Amino acid sequence: MEKQATINLEQQFQDRVDQDIRIEPKDWMPDKYRQTLIRQISQHAHSEIVGMLPEGNWITRAPSLRRKATLIAKVQDEAGHGLYLYSAAETLGISRAEMIDQLHTGKAKYSSIFNYPTLTWADIGTIGWLVDGAAIMNQVPLCRTSYGPYARAMVRICKEESFHQRQGFEILLTLSRGSEAQKAMCQDAINRWWWPSIMMFGPADDASPHTAQSMKWKIKRFTNDELRQKFVDICADQVKILGMELPDPELKWNAERGHYDFGKINWEEFWQVISGNGPCNKERIAARVKAHEEGAWVREAATAFATKRAQKQSAAVA
Amino acid sequence: MKIVIQIQRYGDYGDREPVKAEGATQNQADWPLWEVFIRSKMGLDHKHVGSLHAADAQMAIENARDVYTRRQEGISIWVVESKYIHASNPDEAASFYDPANDKVYRHPTFYDLPDELKAM
Ligand SMILES: [Fe+2]
Ligand SMILES: [Fe+2]
Repeated sequence: MEKQATINLEQQFQDRVDQDIRIEPKDWMPDKYRQTLIRQISQHAHSEIVGMLPEGNWITRAPSLRRKATLIAKVQDEAGHGLYLYSAAETLGISRAEMIDQLHTGKAKYSSIFNYPTLTWADIGTIGWLVDGAAIMNQVPLCRTSYGPYARAMVRICKEESFHQRQGFEILLTLSRGSEAQKAMCQDAINRWWWPSIMMFGPADDASPHTAQSMKWKIKRFTNDELRQKFVDICADQVKILGMELPDPELKWNAERGHYDFGKINWEEFWQVISGNGPCNKERIAARVKAHEEGAWVREAATAFATKRAQKQSAAVA
Repeated sequence: MKIVIQIQRYGDYGDREPVKAEGATQNQADWPLWEVFIRSKMGLDHKHVGSLHAADAQMAIENARDVYTRRQEGISIWVVESKYIHASNPDEAASFYDPANDKVYRHPTFYDLPDELKAM
């Protein structure tokens, strides 16, 4: 009897999703849907937050005031993106503190890309172009995802992202028209970031067993390989404007497929970085933990101040 | 001719030494949650845009400014502590909104009038 009721609820839920009717926080949803979303949204939020670190490293060393102002604005946007997403995840019943804890203890994952170092100024341009570019490719379809708060957060984020990619490309364009050393720096950054960027779409379709369920629930709207192919096609053309090359000797237009063919991805590296052995995993988490711990007194002070003020106000009223 | 170019690399080199990351950070209680409503232009309603944590109303408003109006999206902000929001129950939606279902005559299109009738 009870089982029958659950089956009916699940059927109704799936019907709504199929009809593109959004699911809202108080609506009934399968437990697996809730858990999958919490994981997906919080991972996404963590990525926005950790993503500030490699770029923050260059704020004090930006080559001009204009570059500095735009980089600060971009990094500040990423903090906002983290907040929108944490809020969306919280509507599913997990607390902010719990999510932060999961990040700091290594229980939660974030995008593997942010475990690579930013070694030169050209890296900041390349991150804007490729990393934000890949993020946009991933995020635009999520504006139509089935969970309302997530979709609304994505709409807001996507609006803000487009300047990120453009500022990055502008940095590279300037370098690509500069001295020989600047050109070399530009190519070097592209060489280091290209492969990790296309790994951002996640494992190949045949190695992602949950894709089918996620697509059915519309919390994923394209497969990893579909998005990756789209991204490669776009970048292969854009890189020509820079007069640079993507570091893939097998990259070649395939007229028959209407797509670029590209070389094999080093999935071993991907799994190594995901599981904590990337070049900066420990540094990133340590920086987060340090900021959190050193900010503890500020949070406590604000709480104490608010309590005191509330007491004063109620005393004045009485 | 082969040009050799040396690229200078700074900072952010990656892990030099293992840093503490394993141990759990203590799980502090969150500040209260606030819902944020923003009026984008004079003459328009305040619209719900999202939520955030803050210690008090003043901080909630300031944080809302920093997070939700970075691109001049608003000229007025309301914040309400989330626990004070009461909502209708989606499970009862069918019966709750039922009274309006059979009252199509509340819409102007319900009335049969000749096409010649203008300005109405
Ligand atoms: Fe972002
Ligand atoms: Fe971004």
